[in-house]
Amino acid sequence: MNMNFPKLVLPDIVDLSNIDVYIANGGYEMYRQIIKLTPDEVTNEVKKSRLRGRGGAGFPTGLKWTFMPKGNDKPKYLAVNGDESEPGSFKDRQIFEHNPHQLIEGILIAGYAMGMKAAYIYIRGEYHRWVKLMQKAIDDAYSRGFIGTKMKDTFGNEYTMDIYVHKGAGAYICGEETSLMNSIEGWRGYPRYKPPFPAQFGLWGMPTTVNNVETITNVPAIFKITADEYLKIGATTHPGTLLFGVSGHINKPGVYELPTGTPLKEIIYNVCDGVLNGKKIKAVIPGGSSMPPLTAEEVEVALMDEDSLAKMGTHIGTGGIMVMDEDTDLVKITKRIAHFYHHESCGQCTPCREGTGWMEKILDRILKSEATSKDLDLLVSVANNIEGRTICALGDAAAWPVRGFVTKFRDEFEKRIKPDHSFVAPNVVHGRRNTASTLVFKEI
Amino acid sequence: MEIKFNEQELQEIEQIKSKYPTEQSALMGVLWIAQRKFGWISNDVILYIADLLHLPPAHVEGVVKFYTMYFKKPMGKYHIQVCTNVSCMLRGGEQIFHFVKDKLKIGNMEVTPDGKFSLEEVECMGACGGAPMIAINEDYYENINIEKVEQILNKLD
Repeated sequence: MNMNFPKLVLPDIVDLSNIDVYIANGGYEMYRQIIKLTPDEVTNEVKKSRLRGRGGAGFPTGLKWTFMPKGNDKPKYLAVNGDESEPGSFKDRQIFEHNPHQLIEGILIAGYAMGMKAAYIYIRGEYHRWVKLMQKAIDDAYSRGFIGTKMKDTFGNEYTMDIYVHKGAGAYICGEETSLMNSIEGWRGYPRYKPPFPAQFGLWGMPTTVNNVETITNVPAIFKITADEYLKIGATTHPGTLLFGVSGHINKPGVYELPTGTPLKEIIYNVCDGVLNGKKIKAVIPGGSSMPPLTAEEVEVALMDEDSLAKMGTHIGTGGIMVMDEDTDLVKITKRIAHFYHHESCGQCTPCREGTGWMEKILDRILKSEATSKDLDLLVSVANNIEGRTICALGDAAAWPVRGFVTKFRDEFEKRIKPDHSFVAPNVVHGRRNTASTLVFKEI
Repeated sequence: MEIKFNEQELQEIEQIKSKYPTEQSALMGVLWIAQRKFGWISNDVILYIADLLHLPPAHVEGVVKFYTMYFKKPMGKYHIQVCTNVSCMLRGGEQIFHFVKDKLKIGNMEVTPDGKFSLEEVECMGACGGAPMIAINEDYYENINIEKVEQILNKLD
């Protein structure tokens, strides 16, 4: 593997979270440079870099920025998503702790490009410590005149913006962009129906862009090395580096910054020193618990960028790699995942509110060996009926891993099914009624 | 305890309000301050905050009940949060949860009779690289095992 790549998001610089160290390493210099460009030129450079969102969907960031209306007749807002509640994902925390000023500088660049009045960094409630660290970095940047009205003097430019931290209070759904906006507005974190999209009707009804913490932290680095150089790192259609969070049965779990398109095998066996106790792999979730798993055979060939994984029926998600060894009980894992989504469903849409509960119940039956052979198909059918039928993507996020595990590891589930009568032909009409008797076709 | 913020807290609330264009946006921040002061969000606290932020009490209650981290009843001095989500489960998070449960003789979301400990089985806390993990109040303890948990609990007074 080519280990010769710049660490763009988490460089190996001691004490980089200290504002003086950040400045000594060229910090806030990029912002000084980019304000010589027009906002459109800034956005075009980001577009040219093909930077894609790091929060899960992988949407092109530059393109998203162009959706914002021009002009200043309404205040515009940037919401920076650091909710980071996806199980298996723990990367933004590293940015809050080790490189908060690059996030701030990225916010300033994004703010300038889109003419934002203010930015809100949404940090999950459990991250008490990291909320404080981020707030400290913001306070330091304010006192040095890098944020707020003093920006005029510091940078000799008319543009000013404010940056605030908004602390969540324990709701997975608030990582969904419209739910996040409702949460900032002091509502329950219910996702909103789209359209209207945030760029038209976002925070307090004003044009808003929502970007992930890691996405924004990439922005100053792109300008530092130029979009042309950025494009040379990693996969062509999904360039740059990614923060991979590796957890589970692995010798060296942790967050690793690596180029996109790095072979998964390389990450597991070389970067993370292999599977715990030298065991074999049974399954790997490549991008946080919402993403369908990969089998051991697929792990051998998987490349960690969005398009390569999409061809294998899964996604890069948040880059949260969860490794499961050969002894893992996948039925139990699937049930735990289903429980999570049932717990976190906000309850607005019936397919998700009810379906996630049904999936958990069926999986519980399978786990207890109380399920019948029809339950597996029922499980997949419930998953299929949640997918695409809800306001937000939580429904999909609940359906994908369940269907993925059942389809790819069906034998594990079938082993748990209690042996029942051999059906000559299932009674399709009354199949879901306990009392329905089997239809037996006889020769006449 | 009288349900009232002191001068310093009211100033803190003014500062939170100044971050947003609407008063309602300050609600989550004000609830955090309330939980810090009163320990949990009672009906009286809901009424007080509703009055303070000019919101319907039902709205405040709705927000409190939506977010799991606002306590709807008094919890222990030390709130032990054990993660049993996938990454922690793979590393023994469930066993740790059962250990704490047995040691403290309380179930999920219950409090010991002396009010010292409460226990919660939490969803992923974003520390999967340090799995298994627990959090006590605001502090994370990562890369733990049953022995370490026992030591940590014994040290709390």
